[in-house]
Amino acid sequence: MKTLLVAEYREGKLLGCTSELMAFAKKLGSESVMFLVGSENALPKFAGKLYLADATTCGEYNPGGHKQLLLEVIAKEKPDMVVFSHSSYGWDLAPRLAFALKAAQFSEVVDIVDGVPVLPVCNSKLLRKVTPKTAVTVLTLQAGAFNLTDEPTGSPSIEKIGTAHADTGGNLVFEGYELAERGGVDLTKAQVIVSAGRGIGKPENIEIITRLAQVLKGEYAASRPVVDAEWADHNRQVGTTGQIVSPKLYMACGISGAIQHLAGMKKSEFVVAVNTDKDAPIGEVADVLVVADLKAFVPVLTEKINNL
Amino acid sequence: MNILVCIKQVPDMESRFKVDEDGTWFDGADLAWRMNEYDEYAVEQAVQLKEETGGDLTVLCIGPERVKETMKKALAMGCDRGVHVVDNESFKKDPFAIASIIAEFAGPKNFDLIFTGMQSQDRGSAQVGVLVAEMLGLPCATTIVGFSFDNGVISVKRELEGGVKAKVTASVPALVTCQLGLNSPRYLTLPNILKAKKKEMLVIPVADLSKTQALEETTSLYFPEKKGTGLILEGDVADLADQLIKILKEKTAVLA
Ligand SMILES: Cc1cc2nc3c(=O)[nH]c(=O)nc-3n(C[C@H](O)[C@H](O)[C@H](O)COP(=O)(O)OP(=O)(O)OC[C@H]3O[C@@H](n4cnc5c(N)ncnc54)[C@H](O)[C@@H]3O)c2cc1C
Ligand SMILES: Nc1ncnc2c1ncn2[C@@H]1O[C@H](COP(=O)(O)O)[C@@H](O)[C@H]1O
Repeated sequence: MKTLLVAEYREGKLLGCTSELMAFAKKLGSESVMFLVGSENALPKFAGKLYLADATTCGEYNPGGHKQLLLEVIAKEKPDMVVFSHSSYGWDLAPRLAFALKAAQFSEVVDIVDGVPVLPVCNSKLLRKVTPKTAVTVLTLQAGAFNLTDEPTGSPSIEKIGTAHADTGGNLVFEGYELAERGGVDLTKAQVIVSAGRGIGKPENIEIITRLAQVLKGEYAASRPVVDAEWADHNRQVGTTGQIVSPKLYMACGISGAIQHLAGMKKSEFVVAVNTDKDAPIGEVADVLVVADLKAFVPVLTEKINNL
Repeated sequence: MNILVCIKQVPDMESRFKVDEDGTWFDGADLAWRMNEYDEYAVEQAVQLKEETGGDLTVLCIGPERVKETMKKALAMGCDRGVHVVDNESFKKDPFAIASIIAEFAGPKNFDLIFTGMQSQDRGSAQVGVLVAEMLGLPCATTIVGFSFDNGVISVKRELEGGVKAKVTASVPALVTCQLGLNSPRYLTLPNILKAKKKEMLVIPVADLSKTQALEETTSLYFPEKKGTGLILEGDVADLADQLIKILKEKTAVLA
């Protein structure tokens, strides 16, 4: 068994997923080589062979070009699996590669049991095991699903590839980055966070959440749909595309517990969830799950705490 | 502009799921069905573009008879015509097989722009859109949270991690996969719901378009082992509040 691990790089930095790719290969028990369109100034800690293309000539966003480079490496190394992170880079590039290889692709792999990938279904309420009908497979790994017990060490032996690949398999043109908005509340410093999810139902009900946050002397936050609907500001969003928080108490009200939300709050010390759905995935990380309608429960709780 | 938007019907994620008899998928009976959330943004963007450029907009969905209900929503939002590819076994098809069917339909129609969701909520594979583009040889921008069209060129913003966005342009024909928050999907109005009933609904048996085999197969579907050691509280809200306050006093310092 041999895996080709695809590392990621953006604006001078190696992105954080390399060790998760290595943890996957270790759990699978496979030998591995790595691929990176990046820079010699930001190399992964990896004691093996690294095929390195220069991002300044090959482009950071050039899926057609990166696919060509990968195909060249694959022709040489003949891996059984090509492994990406399930990230904006991975889910964009993996299907293009899978199509070129006529390979089955498994997305958002959360586990590997006796060589069989396990994938989430319906917001992780269910899991499925899958079998490919192709010899080579392409995988994307769910963020945080695979972890090394020890920090990786070693430095890679580099083989340089790719001079220029302008072809993007079409006519996509990368016009540059738009940076993150800064400012607003810093949720990372809050000791108590009360968070509103789509379960609040309508914008007026955000007050139910802000009042509880107030009596607990904390901040209020929100899940993505609440922010997308403009019921709360973006700087209140918790999750992979919001802030990563770790308060002493996190109260998730009307939040189902999608993986992208959990990634933003699972380091909280104590988690209370309020949800009408007893099976909501948030229950997996909650210390206490209160099965109730938040519109009835939260105001009563707020009143009682206020009167303490 | 000749525009296509692909939508999927998915179960309500708050449903109580049951594993089917084969043990390879969830039982479709007794579930509430709705439009895949990501596809609502795709439909809205397609309708906005059509309104801007005065084009023609087709909505396509592969699935059993019940998907017609979801398609009616897309028609009420402003799509001109529905294409229902009837397939009672669509849930068994992998992204490659689904994409092949869409590409088979779309190939000869020469759409200027194809919209899909970035992923489906049940499978979450985030593959179908990109595969359709590869099959048709179209440029494809994924995970878009910004879209505009001018003079044959689309300008999109791709959402990356950490709040960063990548600005990308492409000339049509092209395909984009839509992310949450791209726009504000419109509410349905009664006149539009009534109008939708009169719109054309083309019905195509899947056998006419299905020319490939799936590349993968689900061998078993099951409930995750509950790892959570959390306490579950149920009952009267006043009691629940008292219980929770007691727990917070014992286990955290926030009420001190
Ligand atoms: C690339 C990517 C990045 C993303 N980034 C983020 C991110 O940073 N942050 C984020 O939050 N999401 C993110 N998402 C979206 C994520 O996948 C989910 O769609 C989102 O987290 C769901 O939010 P929710 O739990 O509020 O809504 P839902 O999933 O709709 O859940 C609502 C919950 O409320 C409960 N409920 C309903 N009514 C009541 C009531 N009256 N009382 C109590 N409970 C009730 C329901 O049982 C349900 O569990 C991202 C998705 C993608 C693809
Ligand atoms: N059965 C289907 N019918 C029409 N479009 C679909 C179907 N399945 C998936 N799609 C489209 O492909 C996107 C991505 O789906 P997936 O690759 O399954 O995550 C969805 O958001 C839809 O736009």
